[in-house]
Amino acid sequence: MVTKEEKRFAKNFNINDLPDVPAGLPPHLKHQQARVVSKNNASANAEGDNVQLGNFYEDFKVDVISLTERDMQFDMIGIDSAFANAFRRILIAEVPTMAIEKVLIANNTSVIIDEVLAHRMGLIPIAADPRLFEYLSENDQPNEKNTIVFKLHVKCPRNRPRHKVLTSDLKWLPNGSELLREYGNSTSKPKTYTSFSCSQDSLPEFADNPIAPSDLDILIAKLAPGQEIELEAHAVKGIGKTHAKWSPVATAWYRMHPEVVLRGEVEDELAERLVKVCPQNVFDIEDMGKGKKRATVAQPRKCTLCMECKRDNDLLELVDLGSVKNHFIFNIESTGSLPPEVLFTEAVKILEAKCETVLEDF
Amino acid sequence: MEHGSITNNSHATFTLTEEDHTLANAVRFVLNQDPRVTVGAYTIPHPSHEKVNIRVQTTGDPASEVFKDACQELMQINRHVRSVFDKAVTAYKAEEERKAKEAEEELKRQRELFGSMDIESN
Repeated sequence: MVTKEEKRFAKNFNINDLPDVPAGLPPHLKHQQARVVSKNNASANAEGDNVQLGNFYEDFKVDVISLTERDMQFDMIGIDSAFANAFRRILIAEVPTMAIEKVLIANNTSVIIDEVLAHRMGLIPIAADPRLFEYLSENDQPNEKNTIVFKLHVKCPRNRPRHKVLTSDLKWLPNGSELLREYGNSTSKPKTYTSFSCSQDSLPEFADNPIAPSDLDILIAKLAPGQEIELEAHAVKGIGKTHAKWSPVATAWYRMHPEVVLRGEVEDELAERLVKVCPQNVFDIEDMGKGKKRATVAQPRKCTLCMECKRDNDLLELVDLGSVKNHFIFNIESTGSLPPEVLFTEAVKILEAKCETVLEDF
Repeated sequence: MEHGSITNNSHATFTLTEEDHTLANAVRFVLNQDPRVTVGAYTIPHPSHEKVNIRVQTTGDPASEVFKDACQELMQINRHVRSVFDKAVTAYKAEEERKAKEAEEELKRQRELFGSMDIESN
């Protein structure tokens, strides 16, 4: 005879609720799965994916630490390094910017030879939103949608000290090239090196903010009295994979969040030694009263895993250094074409677009 | 491009041109999260060729389906990352603005306080 109570019990029974059925990994193994432990002898860490996708949509978190016009630092928590690295790679090599690709030199009597001067010009970061431009393909005519033209004409007069040529001397030509092609017949409109159908400053995007280099104090060349540079520079859209001048970031990098744990009480003289030995000031001393002192981990984020604390034999066993595998401190340094937070969203969009092209092929 | 066998569609290698570690490693990660996948791995046969091979072996489902699902999942993840990131940035900017305003008000208040004090008489 089955009683009511037993029936109810059977209905609600779930084998996973039994106390002796393990739920997931035991704590010590779970810890091991989510951490990289640094040892004195750099042993090979077992590689493996640490993030379970099921939890990703609930657990993924972003904390902005600092954000300025050029720099950004943020924490990305709950994501695998495969993604962090993909975003980093895309930021460096695949987010487009505008950079000077062609330099037409009319006159250069400076000590810097044409090739070197052209190369220097190429590396100047330009503050123009690349999303407003198109790529210039091989058989395209340079026009107002794919080319930005700058003019540079500087002369150092005689009887004057040496003159510095800075990026502020670059003048934007919204109407395109002003240099005439030698062969163009005289009857039609004079031919230049670009074919703009309208002026760029008549476009609403550039009407209020003229295009200029993102820094106006970069030294391009130095001119002695009597020397002159006259040239025209054509900037086009490109990506960092082709040439680093198109990279929108000075660097983009990430590191795993360090984890510092004291395995036992570190007290008095030993505590003072620990605080002193750490070059990053990770540790702090806590007053326990009665003249007793205890070391605490005050700023684990500052730890660079330099292992200075592990060189002391007394401290070796007491300090545990490691990294949290799914907590990334991500840094972006923009060169000025776009603000860093926009660069990151662009990078994510590019990874998305990559998937889309793969899906289209099948 | 897919390289597989006619008799068994649960094993296949997918060749993507003009791609590298950036996409392949991310896809590999998503593939390995799928319980249907027994092998999910990638290789770049030669560093000077812009080509990557992604190997997919499944427990029985067609490999191309599983691969497609992985790409879809990857896009979904990207969208989620973007929305979370955008939210965090807007929140940070709003917080900074609030702090700046507070600091300004504090400065104004202090100035008024100093203005009302007769400093010379001290």
